Amino acid sequence: MGAVTETLLLALVVVTALAFDFTNGFHDTGNAMATSIATRALKPRTAVALSAVLNLVGAFLSLAVAATIAKGIVDAGVITLPVVLAGLVGGIVWNLITWLFGIPSSSSHALVGGMVGAVLAAVGTSGVLWSGVIAKVLVPALIAPVVAIAVAGLGTWLVARLTRGVPQDVTNRGFRWGQIGSASLVSLAHGTNDAQKSMGIILLALIAGGAVPADSNVPFWVILSCALAMALGTYLGGWRVIRTLGKGLVEIDTRQGMAAETSSAAVILLSSHFGFSLSTTHVATGSVLGSGVGMPGAKVRWSVAGRMFVAWMVTLPAAGLVGALCHWLESAIGGSAGTIAVFALLVVVSAAIWLVSRRKPVDHTNVNEAWDEEKGASVEAVAATTGEAGGERVGPVPALATASSVGPAVGAVGTLGTPSNHARSNRKVDA
Amino acid sequence: MNVIEWGALGQVLVAGLIVGAGIPALFALGLRLLAGTTSPEAPGATTPAGSADGGSSRVIAITRPSPARIAGAIACMGVVVGAIAFGLVFLVSGGH
Repeated sequence: MGAVTETLLLALVVVTALAFDFTNGFHDTGNAMATSIATRALKPRTAVALSAVLNLVGAFLSLAVAATIAKGIVDAGVITLPVVLAGLVGGIVWNLITWLFGIPSSSSHALVGGMVGAVLAAVGTSGVLWSGVIAKVLVPALIAPVVAIAVAGLGTWLVARLTRGVPQDVTNRGFRWGQIGSASLVSLAHGTNDAQKSMGIILLALIAGGAVPADSNVPFWVILSCALAMALGTYLGGWRVIRTLGKGLVEIDTRQGMAAETSSAAVILLSSHFGFSLSTTHVATGSVLGSGVGMPGAKVRWSVAGRMFVAWMVTLPAAGLVGALCHWLESAIGGSAGTIAVFALLVVVSAAIWLVSRRKPVDHTNVNEAWDEEKGASVEAVAATTGEAGGERVGPVPALATASSVGPAVGAVGTLGTPSNHARSNRKVDA
Repeated sequence: MNVIEWGALGQVLVAGLIVGAGIPALFALGLRLLAGTTSPEAPGATTPAGSADGGSSRVIAITRPSPARIAGAIACMGVVVGAIAFGLVFLVSGGH
């Protein structure tokens, strides 16, 4: 009986780790590709496909990261498979919630938060190294955007100065390529870094479950499945997050996009080189903000940035709460039933979040619509606070895409200003 | 416990400013050197590749960038490409 439980637990941990890997790719596509999509340097689907391929390649490039989860943040001795499972569920759920609201937040912080919560529930405060939490999670979350804003701001300002008087079609053409190149580097870096987190978790689970010897290398099927899970997630594209990063913070042109992506790539690579790891998401968001700060005349929507910042600060406790709840549930029920219950909970919650997201889908057809601060920020705010306020602006939507994505609310393209009879969504076609 | 590793942070900031802002600036400079001699009004005026197409009868006020400008542009772009290559090598070598 014990062996069956162990095997089941091991299998569920592996599946959940792959699911986390998937949400990681899904959630972080925007870090690399949001600006290229917003400036139309790449078509939305081309961008996510390119990013997916580069994430896939990146996952195979380097296997230097040791199999450590939340090293220096929780006591390694207390990490057991049930804790890992609960922590993973915490990370996934928080990733999905932030995705629903279109908030770019760090996937690794969500994972660490889930782990911390699960450890707290399992052994109490003694299992958590609080100084590690502050030094490795909270402080970098404050510093990353500041550094990125400075770098991207200076870069954008220099670029704006140097290209003054150069015809716009020339700069557009040149910077398009620069932007694609630098965004690709960010994607590749993401693949090399983040896929390995899931690989490390799975390897640890396999060792703990006795499936491979303790000194084993990462088995090939683990590398392959992690790489594929992340690439698939990336390809599906977290369009909500992409939209916020590309359109919500700053209206960017190709020069800003190139400066922002180069800043992201440089800060991410340099910070890991100097052993001061910063979250890809925080750096990418800061770079986009910086490209607005440095561009003369550009407007930065600080209210959107402020909401993001709050979400970053909440990530650790929120994911931790989910992780802790999962661990309590797991141990209250106990055995296989407890493990299955937590897994079932994850499936139900994920499905629920997905269903809510379908009420106002964001996909490759409408990711670049004009940003309306009143309504564009989140799904829930629209429904809850403003029932009627000017109507959301929907750009000309190709008729083909209308049927599947935007739904019946936009009845026919070209019926200018006709209020839809869909009470909830209240869309108008603003051609 | 040292909460903030100021040394590492400083290094990241300084190197980030040099590389992260310098590369786009060089890229911009390179473009400017190539595009600088085309008059802004000329439709389709672009890079030397565009201005030199076939030497057709169409006469517009586009002059080729001088060799010095082209050399400068190549130097700028060379540094940019070199930096990207260095980034790739860094990733592949697992330095992250």
